Amino acid sequence: MKNRLLFAILLCLPAFSSSAQTKVSERILGNGLKVLVKEDHRSPVVVSQVWYKVGSSYEPGGITGISHMLEHMMFKGTDKHPAGEFSRIIAENGGDENAFTGQDYTAYFQTMDKSRLEVSFELEADRMRNLHLLADELKKELQVVTEERRMRTDDKPRAKMQEYFMAMAHTNSPYRNPVIGWPADIASYTVEDLQAWYQRWYAPNNATLVVVGDVEPKAVFDLAEKYFGALKTSEIKPLKPQTEVEQIGVREMTIKLPAKLPYIVMGYKVPSLKTAEKEWEAYALEVLAGVLDGGNSARLASRLVRGKQIAVSAGAGYDLTSRLSDLFTLEATPAEGKTVWDLQSALKDEVVKLQNELVSDEELQRIKAQVLASDIYQRDSMFYQAMQLGMTETVGLGWPTVDEYVGKVNQVTAEQVRDVARKYLIKDHLNIAYLEPQEIKENKASPTIQGEHDAR
Amino acid sequence: MRASLIGIVFLLFSQPVWSAAKIEHWQTAQGSRVYYVHTEGLPMVDIQVSFDAGSARDGSQFGIAALTSALLDTGAGDWNADEIAKRFESVGANVGAGISDDMAWVSLRTLTDKKLFDKALETLQVMLARPTFNEADFQREKNRTLAGLKQREESPAELAHIAFSKAVYGDHPYAHPSDGVIETVAGFSANDLREFYKKYYVAANAMVVIVGDLNKEQAEETAQSLVAELPAGQKPEPLPEVAMPVKASQRHIDFPSSQTHVLVGMPGTYRKDPDYFSLYVGNHILGGAVLVSRLFNEVREKRGLAYSASSSFVPMFRKGPFVASLQTRNDQTQKALEVLNKTLADFINEGPTEAELTAARKNITGGFAMRFDTNKELTNYVSMIGFYGLPLDYLDTFQQKVEQVTVASIKDAFKRHIDPQLLQTITLGGAPAKK
Repeated sequence: MKNRLLFAILLCLPAFSSSAQTKVSERILGNGLKVLVKEDHRSPVVVSQVWYKVGSSYEPGGITGISHMLEHMMFKGTDKHPAGEFSRIIAENGGDENAFTGQDYTAYFQTMDKSRLEVSFELEADRMRNLHLLADELKKELQVVTEERRMRTDDKPRAKMQEYFMAMAHTNSPYRNPVIGWPADIASYTVEDLQAWYQRWYAPNNATLVVVGDVEPKAVFDLAEKYFGALKTSEIKPLKPQTEVEQIGVREMTIKLPAKLPYIVMGYKVPSLKTAEKEWEAYALEVLAGVLDGGNSARLASRLVRGKQIAVSAGAGYDLTSRLSDLFTLEATPAEGKTVWDLQSALKDEVVKLQNELVSDEELQRIKAQVLASDIYQRDSMFYQAMQLGMTETVGLGWPTVDEYVGKVNQVTAEQVRDVARKYLIKDHLNIAYLEPQEIKENKASPTIQGEHDAR
Repeated sequence: MRASLIGIVFLLFSQPVWSAAKIEHWQTAQGSRVYYVHTEGLPMVDIQVSFDAGSARDGSQFGIAALTSALLDTGAGDWNADEIAKRFESVGANVGAGISDDMAWVSLRTLTDKKLFDKALETLQVMLARPTFNEADFQREKNRTLAGLKQREESPAELAHIAFSKAVYGDHPYAHPSDGVIETVAGFSANDLREFYKKYYVAANAMVVIVGDLNKEQAEETAQSLVAELPAGQKPEPLPEVAMPVKASQRHIDFPSSQTHVLVGMPGTYRKDPDYFSLYVGNHILGGAVLVSRLFNEVREKRGLAYSASSSFVPMFRKGPFVASLQTRNDQTQKALEVLNKTLADFINEGPTEAELTAARKNITGGFAMRFDTNKELTNYVSMIGFYGLPLDYLDTFQQKVEQVTVASIKDAFKRHIDPQLLQTITLGGAPAKK
């Protein structure tokens, strides 16, 4: 998930700083399950999410993508609820459900009428420890995941480029592997692989249950105790570090794929909030990303897309909340008559400016205003509020990070933005990928065949 | 085990009662329609101004509605694009503009603190009333659009949808892609955009939706100021009726992708169709319910042929498409298409079972509150209700309408709306891999 976790800045607006967010209630059950509850009484709805501390960055070579594969298998049934029953019961109760896997987490969610929270808990608790992993179901689901990979990556030139780019940029960090896994690994999972993965990671002491909605914390804790309280723990051994070795020189690659437009991605190795030597560095990188790409008035849109008109689109990205150090990325599509080389030099110019000149007060204020506003806007969505809590908790930052974000971004100075640009956006830590479009060899459209439809 | 099942059964019979949001409606002095819902708890508001000016109004200039909409925030009054963006972003407001086949809209999400709100509102108002369409901005945005249209040719999914719309709609204004095509967009001048704007961005053709923490009086002032400078103008003529295809067709398009995209469908239903609820609930069972529909079950769960398989009705002013679709490995295309067609044909012939209908009703009515539990979703609903002239109590009667749907009404509605003899089929993808 690439989108920056945005929370917000308390500008000089006393009206909002006083209307503090509803506080989060926390309880840890005897078996280690952490339960977080945030009340939101705007509508009679509840969001329930179970977050497991496992994702693609936990996976050794040979079984990349297994966290995602297991996510699919989690809908395939238990003793109590055979394959298909989970989704059927949720649907009958008016629920909306699904799951997602990232580099650092796997999460399952239901959104339901507040009176149905118990249904969600009963089913999630059951599949936390009692999943059936059957060979026949795996065989079918492997095909499904292979189709998913074709749709998400193989038939999308930029997504495929992103995959190769990450594999080049990271030497030994597990972020080099795609969340969905490499094709050969996907083809080779066995029931035993999945069983081992499931038993190792799917346990109450490796999970966080987040509930946001029209509920009372005490009642939610009692319900959690009732359904999850008796689940057995796993021994969770710490992961081997797999800390990325230092990059000692620029890396470049050219990707040749059937495509229509060229494209460039650049990525500098940077710390996340979890790995930064000093916490403020991560917040300064967050602000720096906002200076470049925080809306239509930010530098990339105003200078590269509109001013110089050398790009038809341009963006910057930084994920404050990743568990391991990752990349600060810049990407752009050249305008007609311009090349990826033009863009590379223009993007580097923008980096040099950030290293040499202080960003203006106006820019800082704009970013802080946006952060403040988006903090309020995000409270419109219970789902997003739960996402923030679950994600920060699961990557090891702890949920209070969510509440601190606004204040910490607000403290970032122009000097700090310049300092992180000087320290981290350096050539020896830079990775560049160019998409060199190859002709799309399509035959002329086949003639329309009339009336051959197999009508029944 | 038994205890928990009883618990679940008990819950099923206590369907919640959730009174929907109260929509207030009036007209401004210039004749623009206003729809307003007051919500509390957050100091924010969502505002949408829309016009009957979607791509169905393109005429022969495919893409002109989209480009006109895209130019609105690049220059207005005395401000250029940078200044407009700074005005919104300095107060934390989000502005957006977009189109569908039927509608063009400008949306604003802003805080309601007066100083911040006033600046955002003034900017939006000028953007709507005095866009400049100056030549430099026009050329740049046109070039960006052309690049986007070129990039679209990388995408098997998008190319398949374009071919499908053409097959289903022939020469109707719904047939062409909303973003236009390279041949037409390349020929636009800034003046073409001005003409389009002048004709459609008028008070009589405008609708304002306000959802959030503004009181009625503030909402009235807001709506009034947004359309005050627009000329009165008039509503455009209603769109022509959709002509039904005369026979089924199947077309394959070669594309070097590893999956083949399969789309099957025909013109389906329109917003005010009396059959709408029967079709909606029926389709929920057939292919609408994400993880539990018949299509999902037959194509993905039983056979592992695709990551997704679904069907939908897209009700519009005129008959929007009914489409059933999936994507599968090239050499499985025939098999997957057969499963899709058989699932569809069986459903049309036999309708759903009582058990399926009961489950679908429970899902739809039980999840009703979640359809608009955010201001954003509520804004979209109110906008749909207003734009298509649905009753203001649409949300209040929604559950009741769903409850009234029967197996017989679904069967009857599908029989009259979906004729297997008229289905249009597009497959787009690579040749099966040679072994």
